[in-house]
Amino acid sequence: MRWVCIVLPQLALDAVLRASSEPEAPLALITGTAQRRVVQAVNDAARELGLQAGQSLTTALALSRDFTQVEYDHGAIARWHQFLAAWAYSFSSQVSLRYPRALLLEIESSLALFGPWPRFEARLRSELTALGFRHRLVAAPNPVAARMLANAYDGLAVSDSQMLHEVLARMPLNRLGLDSKTASALARMGLRTVQQVLALPRHTLAKRFDAGLLLHLDTLLGQRAVALECYQPPEQFEVRIELNFDVESNQALLFPLRRLTADLAAFLAGRDSGVLGFVVHLEHVDGSRSQVDVGLLSAEREPNMLFDLARGRLERLLVQSPVRAVSLQAKDLPAFVPEHRELFDERPQQSVPWQQLRERLRARLGDEAVQGIQAHADHRPECAWQATAGSKPPLLGDSPPRPGWLLSEAQALRERAPQILAGPERIESGWWDGGDVRRDYYLLLTRSGQRVWAYRTVSQDEPGPFMVHGWFS
Amino acid sequence: MLPTPLSLADAAVAGNVVSLESLLDRRRVWKGRAMPQQAGHIATGHATLDALLPTGGWPEAALSEILLNAPGVGELQLLWPTLARLTAAGERVVLVAPPGIPYPSAWLAAGVDLRWLSIIQTSGRDALWATEQCLRSGSCGAVLSWPQQADDRSLRRLQVAAETGQTLAFAYRPLKEAVNPSPAALRIAIDTQPAQLRVLKCRGGLAPAMPVPLAR
Repeated sequence: MRWVCIVLPQLALDAVLRASSEPEAPLALITGTAQRRVVQAVNDAARELGLQAGQSLTTALALSRDFTQVEYDHGAIARWHQFLAAWAYSFSSQVSLRYPRALLLEIESSLALFGPWPRFEARLRSELTALGFRHRLVAAPNPVAARMLANAYDGLAVSDSQMLHEVLARMPLNRLGLDSKTASALARMGLRTVQQVLALPRHTLAKRFDAGLLLHLDTLLGQRAVALECYQPPEQFEVRIELNFDVESNQALLFPLRRLTADLAAFLAGRDSGVLGFVVHLEHVDGSRSQVDVGLLSAEREPNMLFDLARGRLERLLVQSPVRAVSLQAKDLPAFVPEHRELFDERPQQSVPWQQLRERLRARLGDEAVQGIQAHADHRPECAWQATAGSKPPLLGDSPPRPGWLLSEAQALRERAPQILAGPERIESGWWDGGDVRRDYYLLLTRSGQRVWAYRTVSQDEPGPFMVHGWFS
Repeated sequence: MLPTPLSLADAAVAGNVVSLESLLDRRRVWKGRAMPQQAGHIATGHATLDALLPTGGWPEAALSEILLNAPGVGELQLLWPTLARLTAAGERVVLVAPPGIPYPSAWLAAGVDLRWLSIIQTSGRDALWATEQCLRSGSCGAVLSWPQQADDRSLRRLQVAAETGQTLAFAYRPLKEAVNPSPAALRIAIDTQPAQLRVLKCRGGLAPAMPVPLAR
């Protein structure tokens, strides 16, 4: 058992349904030329109305008018196929998109990490269901057999070639993925199952059919290796959801937003990377676009957190005109480094780690609201600090006592004759960068008992008023 | 479990011996319950203050209120030893809406590791919200807040958040709020003339009447 095939029987429909907030409503995918519109796929609710795949749109409309029509989009199907490959990449490094609407995964090497096959299978199924895709799963010793068995089975796990022979022997020939000419020729010869074909002498088969049949049978049975092209995850993430109605409120945008961020998280988990920033574009009816930038300070990939941050930014945006489509772009995808955690947390209720809290604060209060502070070697008080969290404190020489609080702008002292406790201390610096200061600093005690750090600008004339620049707290 | 003067007088008037049980049954006697002793405590770093407080330091996982009339009266000196110890242990300290910029050299001189210090610049209701978020998260060692208008309700929220997140919470408020009741576990007023600390309220015991001189 080395390969798993995941068949997505209604990929196109699921891709539309998962973006819709009412998946239970009747829906039909329409394709074909402008002259002849044909129903390509329908969901369960639409089927109950009598709609079927292959009907012409006129027939469908004659049967009922209460269903939503969505254009069958080949580009979207290819994109979702790629997206699911990115998701599958989190389970296996060998993912192949050789067959349309199907994924092939090598799992032998993944079993050690994800547990025995039943548990692994349950996980694959639950994640696919959460992502909103219907699926059939088959595990088999080789990829071609897995794909072909998935035509007839769901949940089958074939462990060795002995069992593969038995299962394949019972397979009907029309489910085997043979080309139609060979299949019909075999059917006309009265052959129905693989067993009957294998019972025939090989050289007669080679004589009557082209080499493709024997080649296919050999690869199915694992007697001939097959080379697969492996999927390489893309460097960036981009998904667009087209809404099939106009959305005018922020609240209604939350559903597609949750899908988008969850998809981003699934993609990031597959690449084992985090996201440092992403952009949500809202495409309006009138063709204009609004943009919501979400920036993070450290790489993250937790789906709920990404959603909360995007929601925080989105709620501050005023939606001017109805929205037709929402897209999410993420380009900055550095490697994800999980946060270092103690084995025994000192605080039992440490529920929100600091990084997450900081992002939450920044999302509501603004990017500049949360700061660290760092010393900067400059004599001028206003230059002696930097609003960044430094990695290493710089070495500061001994200096006279400095106040605990510094005012961003000096204020005039209201009192006339405060008591001078210490000073003056001359600070004269900055002639080289234009911020020239010449001040005498004093430690003052006001009548109300405040200890104030105030200065007088040194000048030729009489001394100026005391300017409060800090408080000794 | 002594009878109150009232019940003693009752017994004397009645002129007979009243059994203790019947007094207890009639709910005439107030029984002092032993307060559950706080298991851990966080020393303030000021020995005289520690000795006065029933918890032997800051009340753990609770809100402490510091009342002052203006900045520059020693409100940071009171906390610097605690902050220095917390940051040295790698605990994060958050200042929410501080009245000024922390002067790095002064904070470094007090022993505070600035790498663990975070400042949130905000005001009004957002300051209370941010304080509550920080307290509730449990990822901070101490949260210092300067709320502009904090009513009884919002202080109670902070107190509950401090309990939830097991975090030290400090709220700096104007001295005139001293007359209003507060849900904080500890209330300390800073007087300037003379420079002293008055404990107005402390959970787990009576507030000591004696003020603590504050060395400036």
